[in-house]
Amino acid sequence: MIDIKLPIEHQQSSHCETGVVSTLLRSKGLNISESMAFGLSNALTFVYLPIIKISGMPLIAYRMPPKTIIKTVCKKLNVKLKTQTFSNAEKGMQALDDELEKGNLVGLQSSVYWLPYFPEDMRFHFNAHNLIVYGKTSQGNYLISDPVFEHVVECHADDLKRARFAKGALAAKGLMYVIDEAPKQIDLVPHIYQSINKTAKMMNGLLLPFFGIKGINHLAKKIKNLSPEKTKYNKLFLAHIVRMQEEIGTGGAGFRFMFASFLNEAATLTNDSSLQKLSEQTTLLGDTWREFAMDSVLYCKKRQSLTLNDVSDKLMQCSKDETALRKALLALPKTS
Amino acid sequence: MKAEDVPQDDSKSYDGQRKLLYAVNNNGDYQGVTSTGWETESFATQLAVDDLNEQTQHALSSAQQGLSSPLAYHMLNLRFDIASLSQSSGYFQWQIKRHYRPEIFNKLSDKKLKKYADVMNITIAELKKIPEKL
Repeated sequence: MIDIKLPIEHQQSSHCETGVVSTLLRSKGLNISESMAFGLSNALTFVYLPIIKISGMPLIAYRMPPKTIIKTVCKKLNVKLKTQTFSNAEKGMQALDDELEKGNLVGLQSSVYWLPYFPEDMRFHFNAHNLIVYGKTSQGNYLISDPVFEHVVECHADDLKRARFAKGALAAKGLMYVIDEAPKQIDLVPHIYQSINKTAKMMNGLLLPFFGIKGINHLAKKIKNLSPEKTKYNKLFLAHIVRMQEEIGTGGAGFRFMFASFLNEAATLTNDSSLQKLSEQTTLLGDTWREFAMDSVLYCKKRQSLTLNDVSDKLMQCSKDETALRKALLALPKTS
Repeated sequence: MKAEDVPQDDSKSYDGQRKLLYAVNNNGDYQGVTSTGWETESFATQLAVDDLNEQTQHALSSAQQGLSSPLAYHMLNLRFDIASLSQSSGYFQWQIKRHYRPEIFNKLSDKKLKKYADVMNITIAELKKIPEKL
């Protein structure tokens, strides 16, 4: 077998799914940045689901569930995406090789834990990571453009197979996707206004108190009501929130900076200065979230006389800022 | 956050890698800025990693004293918890808890042990063994 090495412009991204979408679309000549993909997919949100536990801690997320971004962007932009899952791992690997031979870049969903190129402390059993395979060496190793890494990497076939077919929550079942067809040009402007409106509408949350601003309030109340004697649990709980907000590739402040970057790019595209103002407002909101992370960790360190009430109040400040941002976003016209 | 304020704290957990953040440059526009780490974030990571290591050490000591089977040690050592191990192995959580008991674990057939070994990517012989220290 000879080497296959397809042309790819590897770009480091904050988040795996937006990064993969952006790189795949760019390979087809559509210049969609990571932030633009994030904004267009209405993916900004907040979720606090205490009934679902991950390593004993409640599910906390700052974006819509995995696969939403890629599906929404492709649907909106009229991009034909071919997706496949497999019940048999061998067939799944064969199908990957076939696509590479046809000259297609292949997007894969995989586990983080079984990818050996991840740093030890960042490996955990999360099955909805995304990456792009752009080739295979004659030794049988795969060439991978993993969007959260600075450089491209190489991965042994057995490791990649294990990562694609790891079982458990959000199991990928070897999910692979290829862009079949993409339009040559797209007018993004109407999509931008429509996406902003949709995102703003969702920010208030659904009927249940687990999503959006309601979810943030709920979490703030939970922090306030933590019993101060259970120091160990409280520390782990606050650290868990900070990790979900900052450690798991979000671009900083739980995707708030990425959304601000989207608004900034949108302002340039549309020549609409009100979008630039909204971008600046979102930046300040992101800064408040970063302060919340710092306060949480300061509480854990006990360096300052911060109480759980103070940490909770800071989170309530985030909630107030989000409410103000929502109002400002809704005040925009729905169409250009 | 301004581009010049993006933390460059050389976090241990990044293992020399850099991560991309979004920040505002001098023109007031957003750009991607790579970061070598943020102390706030790495403290939170370290707290979680230390807690996991503590639990793993506890499971190891307990297996060494014969109070529990090697299963809990291997589970934690490979970053599983009982929920994720249950989801990936197909065993119910109460079955896994039962298998923590040495007298029950020791009687498990190779076929049953293989389910764990496959999910953990170790051999059955390795699953039955424990190291002297972490």
